[in-house]
Amino acid sequence: MRTAVLLLLALALAAVPGSLLPQRGVAFDPGAVTRFVRDNPEVGPWLDRLGFFEVYSSPWFAAIYLLLMVSMTGCVLPRAARLWQSARAEPARPPTNLARLDDHRQLLSTAAPREVLEAAASHLRARRFRVVVDEGVVRAEKGYLREVGNLMFHLSLLVLLFGVAVGSLFGFEGRVIVVEGASFTNTRLQYDEFTPGPLTDAESLTPFSFTLDDFTAEFETSGPQRGSARDFQAAVTVRRTPSGAPEAVTVEVNHPLRVEGTKVFLTGHGYAPVVSVRDGRGQTVFAGPVVFVPFDGNLSSEGVIKVPDAQPTQLGFEGFFLPTASVDPVAGPRSLFPDMVDPQLLLTAYTGDLGLADGQPQSVFRLDKTDLIQVSEGDQPFARALRPGESMTLPDGQGTLTFESVSRFANFQIAHDPGKEIALVAAVALLLGLTVSLGVRRRRIWIRVTRPPGGETSTIEAATYALTRRGPDPDELSSVLTALPGTVTAGTADSPPDRED
Amino acid sequence: MLTPAYLAELSDRLIYSAIAVYALAMLVYAYRAAMPRRPAPQTGVLEPATVGAPAAVTVAVASTADPVPSTEGASAARRYERIAASLTILAFVLHLAGVVARGLAVGRAPWGNMYEFTVAGTLAATAAYLVFLRRHPVRDLGVWILALVTLCLGLAVTVLYTPAGDLVPALNSYWLVIHVAAAIISGGVFTVGAAATALYLLRRRADARDPRRAATRGYAGRLPAAATLEGVAHTAHLFAFPVWTFAVLAGAIWAEDSWGRYWGWDPKETWAFITWVLYAAYLHAQSTAGWRGTKAGWLALTGYGAFLFNFVGVNLLITGLHSYAGV
Repeated sequence: MRTAVLLLLALALAAVPGSLLPQRGVAFDPGAVTRFVRDNPEVGPWLDRLGFFEVYSSPWFAAIYLLLMVSMTGCVLPRAARLWQSARAEPARPPTNLARLDDHRQLLSTAAPREVLEAAASHLRARRFRVVVDEGVVRAEKGYLREVGNLMFHLSLLVLLFGVAVGSLFGFEGRVIVVEGASFTNTRLQYDEFTPGPLTDAESLTPFSFTLDDFTAEFETSGPQRGSARDFQAAVTVRRTPSGAPEAVTVEVNHPLRVEGTKVFLTGHGYAPVVSVRDGRGQTVFAGPVVFVPFDGNLSSEGVIKVPDAQPTQLGFEGFFLPTASVDPVAGPRSLFPDMVDPQLLLTAYTGDLGLADGQPQSVFRLDKTDLIQVSEGDQPFARALRPGESMTLPDGQGTLTFESVSRFANFQIAHDPGKEIALVAAVALLLGLTVSLGVRRRRIWIRVTRPPGGETSTIEAATYALTRRGPDPDELSSVLTALPGTVTAGTADSPPDRED
Repeated sequence: MLTPAYLAELSDRLIYSAIAVYALAMLVYAYRAAMPRRPAPQTGVLEPATVGAPAAVTVAVASTADPVPSTEGASAARRYERIAASLTILAFVLHLAGVVARGLAVGRAPWGNMYEFTVAGTLAATAAYLVFLRRHPVRDLGVWILALVTLCLGLAVTVLYTPAGDLVPALNSYWLVIHVAAAIISGGVFTVGAAATALYLLRRRADARDPRRAATRGYAGRLPAAATLEGVAHTAHLFAFPVWTFAVLAGAIWAEDSWGRYWGWDPKETWAFITWVLYAAYLHAQSTAGWRGTKAGWLALTGYGAFLFNFVGVNLLITGLHSYAGV
């Protein structure tokens, strides 16, 4: 047990840094680790080497819980064997001196010893005690379930760990952004981000597909919580198999779409302004929605538009989309409300080489500005705020951008965890075992009846012995004693210690 | 009419009233704890017991170990205890009515943000204390638990206050009722366990310095016997631990339904895990030679610290998936 306590302490301690330092696997903010290392160039790389950015999959964290499991197994298996033996054995014999036990009472009865013993035995049997009567003593024991619960709790921890392992070995987790009107097919290439387990068969994902028909969001329009989200709904048309019939489904927060073992969760949303770009030659070289990433609660969003097909030079645009626009002199462009009251697209422009041709992967949300020149107007950068329907024309006939309309996009998280049913069953067993093992008291009751040869009265000695830390319930013994025949109330009895002071 | 706005205002007023009555009850408990008490006479207060039987001797020792004031001091102390307990019950009723009114005002379980959670959590702590008061001699915990409740409610109505309103979509689930209610109940009972453990440690330290209690003066000397306090703490933890386990598991099921994974080491999840592991260590320490008693007590207090940090620190200092509820 000492080992268990120390390992549990170590486990608690080891879990702390993962909540304070940014973590790689915990994708609340995927850029957090990189930023932390950049801001702390001295300790950052060392923390990284020691696994502090992946605490929960680091070798030292695994070492602690695996040691704990080993120590637990080593403790639980012998206990299971002992339980098996004690479950088959008779209740233990009483000590010679019952008065030494926790709760001991003595009283007299006019009934014959055998009568008293039988009454005690049947009373205890009715209360599901295991009872043996011999040599003037009733031996009774109850509460074997406590040990059963204890073992069940510890074994289900092992099963739980197994379920977690199955899930992380064979499952996957992915994220994808889908704009209104666009479709998603469940193949690895369509994911924006895909995290498979080491043994996941990423080539045979459940072959479903869906189209995001419409996304609606409602926000609190008045009161102190103005702007808080109230309702999100993604209306999708799903085909559960490639040849299946289309089926209209609404995906909401807390109401995922389930296709076999794969679940599609709605985790976020934002705006995708629809723009069209004509280049210097007057040809439309770009048209469609562009996802702008929200960065605050009022859905102020930032994003870039890359137009690699523009001539004579490639074009890039960078800026903000504000559903309810306001330009604060201090804070800069900010949205005042998450819904579209006065949508505006604020853009600056770049010309030159977008850097897409060199084969280096680059973010769709950033411009690589190494070979780009900012378009300027006099000595000021060229910048425009557009409302839907408005256009801006770059100086020197380099092109025109039209802000056509606004679409919404939804973030979906798609997950498949084949181990979760195992984990759930283990968790239920764990809770059941824990409750039983903490709630049930294992205790023994002995009742010894003696009558001197030729005597008129029998002396009844009764005692309880708790095998658990919590003492016996005094009422249990009292109820046995009141059930005995011919007892003399005047008989001396040691009352149990009064719990009130 | 009982419009939501009226109910919300009624709830606020009930909470303010409850704070006032809690403060009063706390003062009475504090006065009672500070009342001068004459040392107990060694005999006379004991029930006539069968002399000679070893069990009777244990009974006698156990009784003298508790501070037994002399008769007139005892009746005055009892009177103050009753006044304090009555005030606590009154405050509890106001507090409960405040929570119910808030629930009716918002038309959902009244624990959807940090203000509501604090108000409901302190209600659970008072409820747990009152339940224990019926069965165990834990009056000495009163002053500490009420101090904590008053302080938390004071912070709730000033710093954390959130007007009645609807929930963000992520919280709009019946799992909110189940998961958070379990966390609130276990938190209330853990509070009683932590208070009893702290007093136990205090008392035990005094006993270690002065085993015969000849010269122990001051607060520690007036506390119930260490075994009594430890018993209360142990019972509280035995109840609260499975409820906390349930809260964590229910949270995992909800997370699976709402975020697509049942466990993702989000800071809130991590600290729930840390709390669970520390209390598990406490329960193991209780049956480990050399750890029982003081060290186990410190483990329980550390567990309670982790629980509080999960509620205060994680909400206010760390950004995570659980941050949407605001303060």
